[in-house]
Amino acid sequence: MSRGTLIDLLYLFSATTFIIALKGLGSPKHARRGNMVAAFGMLVAIVATFFNHVGGHSLRHVWLILLAMAIGVIVAVPTARFVKMTAMPQLVAIFNGVGGGAAALVSITEFIHIKSSHPATYVILEVLLGVLIGTVSFAGSAVAFAKLQELMTGRPVTYPGQQLINGVVGVAALALIVTILVTASTSLLWVLFALAFVLGVIFVLPIGGADVPVLISLLNAFTGLAVAASGFTLGSNLLIVAGTLVGASGILLTRLMSKAMGRSLSNVLFSAFGSVITASGATTRDDGRSVRSGTPEDIAILLGFSSRVVIIPGYGLAVAQGQHVLRELAELLEAKGIEVFYAIHPVAGRMPGHMNVLLAEANVPYEQLIELDEANSELATADVALVVGANDTVNPAAVDDPSSPIYGMPIIHADLAENVVFLKRSMRPGFAGIENDLLYNPKTTLVFGDAKDTLTKMVAAVKAN
Amino acid sequence: MHNVLLQYATVLILTAFVGTEIIAKVPSILHTPLMSGSNAIHGVILVGSMLILGGATTNLQEILGFLAVILATLNVVGGFVVTDRMLEMFKPRAPRVKETPRDEVAP
Repeated sequence: MSRGTLIDLLYLFSATTFIIALKGLGSPKHARRGNMVAAFGMLVAIVATFFNHVGGHSLRHVWLILLAMAIGVIVAVPTARFVKMTAMPQLVAIFNGVGGGAAALVSITEFIHIKSSHPATYVILEVLLGVLIGTVSFAGSAVAFAKLQELMTGRPVTYPGQQLINGVVGVAALALIVTILVTASTSLLWVLFALAFVLGVIFVLPIGGADVPVLISLLNAFTGLAVAASGFTLGSNLLIVAGTLVGASGILLTRLMSKAMGRSLSNVLFSAFGSVITASGATTRDDGRSVRSGTPEDIAILLGFSSRVVIIPGYGLAVAQGQHVLRELAELLEAKGIEVFYAIHPVAGRMPGHMNVLLAEANVPYEQLIELDEANSELATADVALVVGANDTVNPAAVDDPSSPIYGMPIIHADLAENVVFLKRSMRPGFAGIENDLLYNPKTTLVFGDAKDTLTKMVAAVKAN
Repeated sequence: MHNVLLQYATVLILTAFVGTEIIAKVPSILHTPLMSGSNAIHGVILVGSMLILGGATTNLQEILGFLAVILATLNVVGGFVVTDRMLEMFKPRAPRVKETPRDEVAP
């Protein structure tokens, strides 16, 4: 067997592991093993590549490759290992973005390389698609990172004429692609690179913070497609298979995610356009309604007299790192014979499934985690709905108010319970930036302060009773 | 040469169907790890980046290839490590043995 055939066989092996891995990632039992399988397949592909030939020569610059890899590993491992669980979404965004950037660079370099040999038009088209999609993913992920990391506002950024400007940039990019197809000009390729960067930024700006996870999933699919395009250019089946797998599954996953929010994908991506007036109108509404607030000790007594408590955790819990204290409180209540459930909204936290990860980390038993439908039937007979750091996922505006940006999203009906208790940092609206009428409901008691502090005080008070 | 294009297109179309088919029934709690895991898989662009740098003949190509390898390595390594960290939380739970904290608080 020749060296080339052996390497191709190893690549085929890697491509197969990626398919097996994706399949495994879909089931809770095999997910972790699935990830390991993919990592192993990746290692095989990388090692095999060191023995590959490019243009009839063995690989040049091996030391340079190893140096670049070492730099990547030294930066990536500590970042991925030690960043807080709450910062996971932005981490995924940035790791996705650099992949898109790499795909764009590969396409550009390959173009410079093959230009002298007068490549066929379809080859240039593959290059241009790789550059365009990869760069959009890179720039878009960077903006998504900035939004999640709160380096910039999480609100949709809108300005007059936005639709027009985006349209013009989009059309310009298309015109440029056609021009480059005809002229095969390298300098115009750099212009396309810059234009794609601008396109990525302005595409993401109007998307609100709460929708960013869906966006990251879409950009993830984009990077996959950019990798597939590079695979066409380089003539690599491995890149085509892996890129297309991620592209196809990523687009489906994006649709599943927006479905979990009760919205269509186009609504998630484009709803901020032209909605400037309604959004600002809704957030500044202040008709002097009053709220009722209580102390942690009041709530501890209320909980002590309950027979069924449903906890509705949200991102605020994660930010306060209060999940361990919350579990302690729940165990105390259980010891008193009180039934405790955690109602998990599909998009609680900042990514679907984020809250499950955080609660699992705090050793909350699986059996106590209930999903949306079950939660709503439990809430009808619950004495207390304890909302810890959640807001949008319990906002009745999603049911009552057709003008609300979250209208149509399935919510947890906390208002069905006998009493509603909100642990909140302040009266500030949630991530989606929408006022919550439930706060003004006569059933509702608010406890202001850091969720972890409040929960700690509640634990002490429950113990004392 | 158009046959090559056709062969790649065949791979693309078939893989697209496989990709949508195998994740069609994923429970929502696994959406985040799945996204993160597939994020690591497209890090296979590292293979492409290595070939680009390995075939570079000018300074410009070397610089671009070098950058590409760094970025792609970040994608691969970061992607797999983050996903593993997420999935660590999903390990099958042993029967709860840590009963001590509960005993000491129950009066």
